[in-house]
Amino acid sequence: MHRSFLHTCCLYAAVLLIAVVTLAPLAWLVIMSVMSPRELLAVPLNWLPEHWDWSRYAQLLGMNGDIADNLFLHALRNSLIAASGSAFIALLTGIPAAYAFSRRNGPRAILFLMLATFMMPPITYILPLYTMFSGLGMLNSPFTLIAVYCTMVLPFATWLMKSNLDVLPVEVEHAAVVEGAGTLRTLWSVVLPMAKPALVATAMLSFLLAWDEFFYSLILNSDLRGKTLPVAIADFAAGRVTDYGLIAAVGVLASLPPTLLAVFFQKHLVHGLAAGGVKG
Amino acid sequence: MIMESWRRKREVWVLLAPALAILAVVTFTPLLRTLWLSFTNAEITALDQAVEWVGFENYIWALTDPDFRDALWRTLYFTIMSVGLETVFGVAVAMLLNVEFKGRALVRTLIILPWAVPTIVNAMMWRLIFHPDYGSFNAALTQLGITESYRSWLGDPGIAMNMVILADVWKNYPLIAFVVLAALQTIPRELFDAARVEGAGAWHQFRSIIMPGIIGPLLVIVILRTIEAFRVFDIVYAMTRGGPADSTKTASFFVYQEYFAYLRSGSGASYAVLVAVISALMIAVYFNMIRRQNQGGY
Repeated sequence: MHRSFLHTCCLYAAVLLIAVVTLAPLAWLVIMSVMSPRELLAVPLNWLPEHWDWSRYAQLLGMNGDIADNLFLHALRNSLIAASGSAFIALLTGIPAAYAFSRRNGPRAILFLMLATFMMPPITYILPLYTMFSGLGMLNSPFTLIAVYCTMVLPFATWLMKSNLDVLPVEVEHAAVVEGAGTLRTLWSVVLPMAKPALVATAMLSFLLAWDEFFYSLILNSDLRGKTLPVAIADFAAGRVTDYGLIAAVGVLASLPPTLLAVFFQKHLVHGLAAGGVKG
Repeated sequence: MIMESWRRKREVWVLLAPALAILAVVTFTPLLRTLWLSFTNAEITALDQAVEWVGFENYIWALTDPDFRDALWRTLYFTIMSVGLETVFGVAVAMLLNVEFKGRALVRTLIILPWAVPTIVNAMMWRLIFHPDYGSFNAALTQLGITESYRSWLGDPGIAMNMVILADVWKNYPLIAFVVLAALQTIPRELFDAARVEGAGAWHQFRSIIMPGIIGPLLVIVILRTIEAFRVFDIVYAMTRGGPADSTKTASFFVYQEYFAYLRSGSGASYAVLVAVISALMIAVYFNMIRRQNQGGY
């Protein structure tokens, strides 16, 4: 296809504009994280650091035994426990449920009820959850968050797996049944291998959903023991830390896992999202 | 035969049981309890003590509360502006990325980055960018000669909400762009060629080829984003804490304060139920839409 020179120029100018608008804030976040505090407070502002100072990352990752690094590593650990734990439970219980909806004509009313609970504002559930876990003495623990995150992650994973299973051919399963395989056996050794890409997408999106969660974590964790990264970051940004570069460095580190997942598994993610959002 | 179908029915429930057991504890029970609390005068500091049943008193109070009404309007403003801008921007970018050019794959990968950044990091990042004294937004605007002096973007009740919206649009437009792009790629190229042969202009092609091709998935993702935007809390919490002068205090934030700052569980629950009812209406619209889509509507 031929395009005129002017047309081509406009196209590349538009692409460049979009790329700059989209990436400049992120680039600035990275630059802030390596700029010296003095430079960050300079007016007029210099856009590039005189020398790249990586010491904040070393500090956060606990290489010089300060109090702030403990905070970050604690929060990182809690985030990993809460996000992978809830994604795991969501898959473990959501896959059989998705299979029941997709292949065994499970009640559609329940499928939609599950999806509706996922879409309800967390503010609807928070107070009873808070009093329940407070009564059980389970506040300030990442393991409590695993259970609470199931409010969103489990219905989400079920829905996504269901829409992905719907498009898989059913004939292979019939063959397995004829050979005498039970439902769980069929699910485990026939359906799941076929649904591997969907499984990967669902696991990752579930993990990201929980990794991003803020509200429940804010309310159920008032001290360091259970705080996840998002809450630690909000504390950080609002609190005593006056080194904006340090806040930026925490932000960069917290963005790394989801960003890497998104970049490497882009096709899976987009496909998974499209299938989940559009099919009922 | 009857035995067989009974066995299969039982199997469905066995498969569903683990998921439903978890949801019974973490969603269904809390939902009912919130509903019950909304008819009582419970306080969070004394939840164990006997609470009184107060009937619709909380609801009458909530429905006549001008502060809550303001919070709802603010939430509506946030929702319409955010989702509206995300949609326009998302569709435009999707159409651009659907054109072939050098480096398209790279740009597509880079464009998804804002979506991957955690909401709180996004909020915190923009808060630093909008900093009244040291923020890069002020620096860029003055150095480019667009403004004369520095402004407190998040400290001005007249514009703080718009700055929060800007941050939200930046993070969420890629999602819409990607859903639309996926839909665009299913439109056969021949349709465009045929249209060009017939001399159809850009606007005509947009209306008669592109719109019909993307409208289904677009509507679904837009209403999904609307449901999500309506419950906005985290970005507001991290950027402005509802301020200045309550100018960014959205509905979820309002209920949060009612619960955890004023410790009013009963009346807080009635506000929460009202927010949930509005959400439920939007969810019903969403369900209706995916049903029509699966039946080949649009």
